[in-house]
Amino acid sequence: MGLISNGTTLLDAGAIDSGVATGSLIHIKTLTASSSGTLSFVHGSANVVLDGTYKEYIFKYINIHPASVAQLTFNLSIDSGSNYNITKTTTAHNSYMNENGSSPGMVYRTAWDLAQSTNFQIMAQELGNGADESGCGYLHLYDPANTSKVKQFMGTTTYHQTFGANGSFQVYYGGYGNTTSAVNAVQFKMSSGNIDSGLIKLYGVKPS
Amino acid sequence: MAIISNAVTIADAGSFSLPLGALTFIKSLTVSGASTGTLQHGSSSVVFDSTYPVYLIKYINVFSNAGQNIAMNFTIDGGSNYNAAIVSSTWVAEHAEDDTSVNRTSYSTGYDNHNSGDQVVFNINKGGLLNAGDASASGEMYIFNPSSTTFTTHFMSRANSMSEYPGSTDNFVAGYVNSTNAVTGIRFHAVSGNTLSGTFLLYGLKDG
Repeated sequence: MGLISNGTTLLDAGAIDSGVATGSLIHIKTLTASSSGTLSFVHGSANVVLDGTYKEYIFKYINIHPASVAQLTFNLSIDSGSNYNITKTTTAHNSYMNENGSSPGMVYRTAWDLAQSTNFQIMAQELGNGADESGCGYLHLYDPANTSKVKQFMGTTTYHQTFGANGSFQVYYGGYGNTTSAVNAVQFKMSSGNIDSGLIKLYGVKPS
Repeated sequence: MAIISNAVTIADAGSFSLPLGALTFIKSLTVSGASTGTLQHGSSSVVFDSTYPVYLIKYINVFSNAGQNIAMNFTIDGGSNYNAAIVSSTWVAEHAEDDTSVNRTSYSTGYDNHNSGDQVVFNINKGGLLNAGDASASGEMYIFNPSSTTFTTHFMSRANSMSEYPGSTDNFVAGYVNSTNAVTGIRFHAVSGNTLSGTFLLYGLKDG
């Protein structure tokens, strides 16, 4: 932000930030998908902060629209994005209702969870690719720079599921990256095909 | 705030506004081997009254010395007692690292409350957190309008923990303090007299 009077810069970009309370939810980075194979947030790259600056990071994903019906997934990295293959143990359960009113319910998903696996975690299974179909949600990642504790995370996705009768699915997933190394990058991708469009926003929650 | 340049008022008090954000940091409470962790209005710069309509507490890597559950309760008498009557429901999704011994969603009878005392926020449905150096829980709890003297005070908590299977547990708790007295504080403790460690971050959500 800059404040300029009669050609004189009174406050330069960023200088005001140190003196004005800005709120505790800080926008860090927005990635916009455009036929993207992956969307990656790497600390130190493209102005991304993902280190000990914040104790909690929140990803908001908005209208993720896949090129083809597939799973929206994510993984963590401890080597600045060279590999996204952190061992994870996770849970996943979901509630659902089809558009024709059939088969509402809630179930634990043994095929969507992970047990000491380096695979990508499913955030939305069979995410629809119809013109008006997409998925939205959030992912909380806690204290990624901690080098003594595993890395807890939890998220929720609401989306248009396209298999069978079509309908609204809500997925609750949570778990931990079973590593005491610092996590410094997060990657999102479809299990097959591209992310056709959508936004993923990264925020930090100020701890003071 | 006023901005004055060369004796000319550019923006007078109140007419100049910045997007300050609605999430407002109030207090960071870090405990290490303590018997309790308390956030009480008016004590140690804690605000927990009608200033904000919604409060948010973040749990960052919380654990107990013996891997026991972490519980909380509220005060409705200005901090003399933390023993408000709570009505609540709880459920978990849980998954063991061996993949097969535990993988389920379960309503957690025995961890809910019906006009009784302390509420376990994690680790629900299994005796405790994993008692290991890298184990902890992280998550958050919303508390709605605690200063109301008309309505009971509602809360919602979700936290992910490394449980003693070992495995991941996604803990869901929601309920209300069954009183129309104002709630002015909250206290966390490890059950069975064990000690508590970790960080609790208190935020208020601005009303406009």
